[in-house]
Amino acid sequence: MPVAAAAFHYDLKPEVVADGIWVIRGADDAILMGNGGAIANVTILDTKDGAVLVDAGPSLRYGTELTALAKKLTGKPVARVYLTHLHPDHTYGDAAFQPLQIAATPALIAELKSEGPGFSDGMYRLLGDWMRGTELHIPGHVIATPSETIGGRTLRMLALAGHSGADLAIYDEATKTLIAGDLVFHDRAPSTPHADLPRWRTSLDTLKGLGQARVVPGHGPIDLTPHAAIDQTRDWIDWVDTALTDAIQAGLDPVEAGEIAIPPRFAMMKAARYELQRSVSHFYPGLEERSLPLVGKRA
Amino acid sequence: MKTLGILLAGLLAIPATADAALPKDQLGSPMWGYVGKQVFGENAVVRFDPRVKVDFPKIAENQRSFPVQVDARAIPNVVRIVIFADMNPIQQSIDFSLANAEPFIATRIKLDQRTPVRGAVQLKDGSWLVSGGWIDAAGGGCSAPPVSRVKGDWAQHLGESRGRLWENAGAARVMLSFRHPMDTGFVDNIPAYYLERMTVTSSGGSAIGTVHMQASVAEDPVLTLMPKIKPGESVSFDGRDTNGIEYAGIVTAATVGAAVQGAGR
Ligand SMILES: [Zn+2]
Repeated sequence: MPVAAAAFHYDLKPEVVADGIWVIRGADDAILMGNGGAIANVTILDTKDGAVLVDAGPSLRYGTELTALAKKLTGKPVARVYLTHLHPDHTYGDAAFQPLQIAATPALIAELKSEGPGFSDGMYRLLGDWMRGTELHIPGHVIATPSETIGGRTLRMLALAGHSGADLAIYDEATKTLIAGDLVFHDRAPSTPHADLPRWRTSLDTLKGLGQARVVPGHGPIDLTPHAAIDQTRDWIDWVDTALTDAIQAGLDPVEAGEIAIPPRFAMMKAARYELQRSVSHFYPGLEERSLPLVGKRA
Repeated sequence: MKTLGILLAGLLAIPATADAALPKDQLGSPMWGYVGKQVFGENAVVRFDPRVKVDFPKIAENQRSFPVQVDARAIPNVVRIVIFADMNPIQQSIDFSLANAEPFIATRIKLDQRTPVRGAVQLKDGSWLVSGGWIDAAGGGCSAPPVSRVKGDWAQHLGESRGRLWENAGAARVMLSFRHPMDTGFVDNIPAYYLERMTVTSSGGSAIGTVHMQASVAEDPVLTLMPKIKPGESVSFDGRDTNGIEYAGIVTAATVGAAVQGAGR
């Protein structure tokens, strides 16, 4: 194992996004022992009443380091942690916070209760000691209004879906910054384990029209334009949709479907083959059921 | 597992020198000696050969259903293809005896842990060629924990079969999918219950092949074969599960379903 016991330390490095906003970039890769599961972007916002976090990273260790970094950057403790969606690379770090500090939409809270703990075995198996002491906390602050104001900072709450069953995007009115969660990926292929592609497209339409100056994606570098990353995400999910539909129509088995050529326009996308093969696993059973005619029934 | 016990007893009785029959494992599997004997039998001639193309994804996103394809079309005189995974509790999943078919099969298997996944082909002279690779069953971290049965409604759909035939010039292909829980007998005191045999025949009456399956094949088994059929011929299948439920039907190239609406739910 490349990581020594003493080295279970994330060494989080903030990047400035806009006035009073930083992002801690995740590794644009799969969840691996070498990155400790820190693959998602996490955002820190400064307010008069304390630091606001969007997502919490993959583990208790990450959440603890995140708290210290937020204190260092803002000089204040963490006032609130927003969770964007159920995936453990975004949520499991909430173990470092009290339930009343953690905010989510009612739809996400329901998903976290039913499905959240189920990721634990997989995360511990992939990450071992990185995960020590990590136990997902269910958010105690229910988002019930279209916007929330904390310490003078007004954040619009966009309760959407498509990447998962409940995706929260957050729009910072003061800096026109969209913090998109995993509805938007940038130069890193979108992942689809709980995706509903038609709903995802509708959500991307909504996000495109907010008037933002820049976008913090859930994975990949900050997009300094209003919607290049939004367009790229849509291009990828549309391509995956069409390519896999064509693959099943041509009779390809899922091994072959995972090996189809990825168009050159996606050459800058990290983890493209990896996510395509995951998407085959997610979508092929449904595609097969719809494209293979019923040819036999119990007598 | 009675046969396993007998095999194990037999294995322990043999002097260590008998191991010489199996070549040294290219994958360094701790189970190779044992599994090799189980699959190939005693004194079999076994060689590693990269022309046995064993192909699977880089990631086991769903360890309950991991796609595996074995393509041995570069090798003449193949009569049988087996698929097995050393570290699975039920190592062998597929045993395909082929007649008028290309030496090709694709399916999905269950994975229990990090394991070699192998394909082996038997030639007319009885010897075996084998190939394969390691796969980690850990998945992507966003997959829910493995459970025995994913779909609860299997009982109402038992016997249901889907299929499609592609008459690509010179390389016809048939994909068959069956609703079945494929219970291993290892979970929640549910006894082993699986689709054990599927025989495929052309409408002209020639045998295409018979696939024997174990419970290590994924729930709702899918088989892709390459039958050697004449233009216009259809393919029929008949098989049975371990409770004697019969699966039968005919797949014609014309049986194409309504246009597929896309990958999203
Ligand atoms: Zn996600």
